[in-house]
Amino acid sequence: MAGTLILVFIYYVAAAAGGAAPPEMLAYIFVGSAFYMFVFQAFFGMFEVIQGDREWFQTIRYIYISPISYYAYIIGRGFTQMVVAGIGVLVVLAIGRGLLGIPIGFNLALLPFFLAVLVLGLFITIAIGVAIGGITFLTARHGGGMSEGIAGVFYVFTGVIFPLSVLPVWGQVFGQWIPLTYWFEALRRVLLERSPPQADAFLMAIPESTLLLILALSLIVVSLLSLAVFRYVEHLARKKGKIDMTTAY
Amino acid sequence: MKDAIRTKELTRVFGGKKRRLRPRDAPEKRVIALDRVDTQVAEGELFGLLGPNGAGKTTLIKILATLLLPTSGSATVAGYDVAKDPYPIRQRINMVSGGETSGYGLLTTRENIWMFSQFYGIPSKVAKAEIDRLLKEFELWERRDAKVRTLSTGERQKMNMVRGFVTDPDIIFLDEPTLGLDVSAARAIRQFIRGWIQENHAKTVLLTTHYMMEADELCDRIAIIDNGRILACDTPERLKGMVKREVTVKLETDRLKDPKAFDVIEGVQNYVVKEEAQTNRTSLTFILEDDAPIGDIMSEVLNQGSKVQSMEKIDPTLEEVFISLVGKGLD
Repeated sequence: MAGTLILVFIYYVAAAAGGAAPPEMLAYIFVGSAFYMFVFQAFFGMFEVIQGDREWFQTIRYIYISPISYYAYIIGRGFTQMVVAGIGVLVVLAIGRGLLGIPIGFNLALLPFFLAVLVLGLFITIAIGVAIGGITFLTARHGGGMSEGIAGVFYVFTGVIFPLSVLPVWGQVFGQWIPLTYWFEALRRVLLERSPPQADAFLMAIPESTLLLILALSLIVVSLLSLAVFRYVEHLARKKGKIDMTTAY
Repeated sequence: MKDAIRTKELTRVFGGKKRRLRPRDAPEKRVIALDRVDTQVAEGELFGLLGPNGAGKTTLIKILATLLLPTSGSATVAGYDVAKDPYPIRQRINMVSGGETSGYGLLTTRENIWMFSQFYGIPSKVAKAEIDRLLKEFELWERRDAKVRTLSTGERQKMNMVRGFVTDPDIIFLDEPTLGLDVSAARAIRQFIRGWIQENHAKTVLLTTHYMMEADELCDRIAIIDNGRILACDTPERLKGMVKREVTVKLETDRLKDPKAFDVIEGVQNYVVKEEAQTNRTSLTFILEDDAPIGDIMSEVLNQGSKVQSMEKIDPTLEEVFISLVGKGLD
């Protein structure tokens, strides 16, 4: 929430200095930043689940040797992270709309689309988060920097707080390969009353049905990749004896 | 009887970069934690692994519990290969490690154990009833609703024992379960283990310890392990029999008229006499070549018109076996 409010503050400071973008841009930033909480929570939260169970609570060995699939267990923990983030997102949106008067709406006609997009996006986020969390099996506590770093890459290249069009061409192409770029675009279709003139023309031109298709296909690909990455690093960790490693630093 | 656990040439090496990744002059930092270990534990057996710190006990347990892969060789648990088939093994095992502080501090004792029971698919109602029974058995009932962070070391270890046994595993790995516990907590845990294996004939326990008395008291068979190698494996009695030594017999009699009379008995290597003025008795400690002279000694006591008040034959201890095999004590 703090990050979102800092962005709002920056926007108002810029407006006072005479260089402000239109209010639609503030809503664009606000919605992107609010929903980014899911991404950060999933990426960093998964790291915390593994490191916490391993280093702090020292329960990972008992969970790992139980009949439950560790992949299923960590997905379950991922959903609880999403519930926590969801509460934060709702609070931020309510404050933005109610207290700050940011022009956020909800197009009721797009409710089924919104629900489908939300679910697909959350599953994609969790799948990526699980893969990143899995990699931290091989790292010590400082592996959290990797989770934050990857979350930072997503922050810059998925159009969270500015349209992809402001990036260099290579950055735009890179962003277009990340599924969450389409997720933020789809969410804004429902929640923004008007799009800012600076919005990315490439994304704006994609119909809702295609956005849904992209997200659905992305979910399949990302889930398969996530499972493959997780299984591989889990095998490596078991081979190297790092499943229940405690580093004490 | 079926094998619960079997290892063949099981080897585990830690560390050490491949030669091509290592500077030419750098020494190899490989540690051989297990070195071609062959062992067999029958279903229903309480099998002990006795060895000093760093002997390879925990490494072996980790491999058998599917936490760690072997470098070479093979291991099967309940007939399944630990490397290729971990899931059916996990349905049949559990593990308790001593000397650690595992658990979620914010949850209560009961909640912690219940959470783990759910990973095994135990119906909640059944799990709760079993948790309550075990909490009472471990005298932890009063602390059932206490947050785990407030439990003492002994209480936490008892909670972990309940967590391990609540799933009714066919094979349980107990890695130094009484490490660092006070006498009463350690005794409670040993009593429980003994009772559990007596009541459940098909269940198997693999216990690692470096307490000689614990291994001697609990285990059907013991493997003595050091530097990753099993040096001997047998029942405690037969292990002790491996140590060829004299027989020590302690006698307490009414005061003897001639305590020096035992000099002439064949097979008596040495003996010490102690007169107890207060009790008017004589204490004798004999070192004998074997059991044969015991009859002659008793006859001599009777010939002197005295009575034997007590007799104790002192057997070799596991510690002596350990020292003779490993060349050092455990501490």
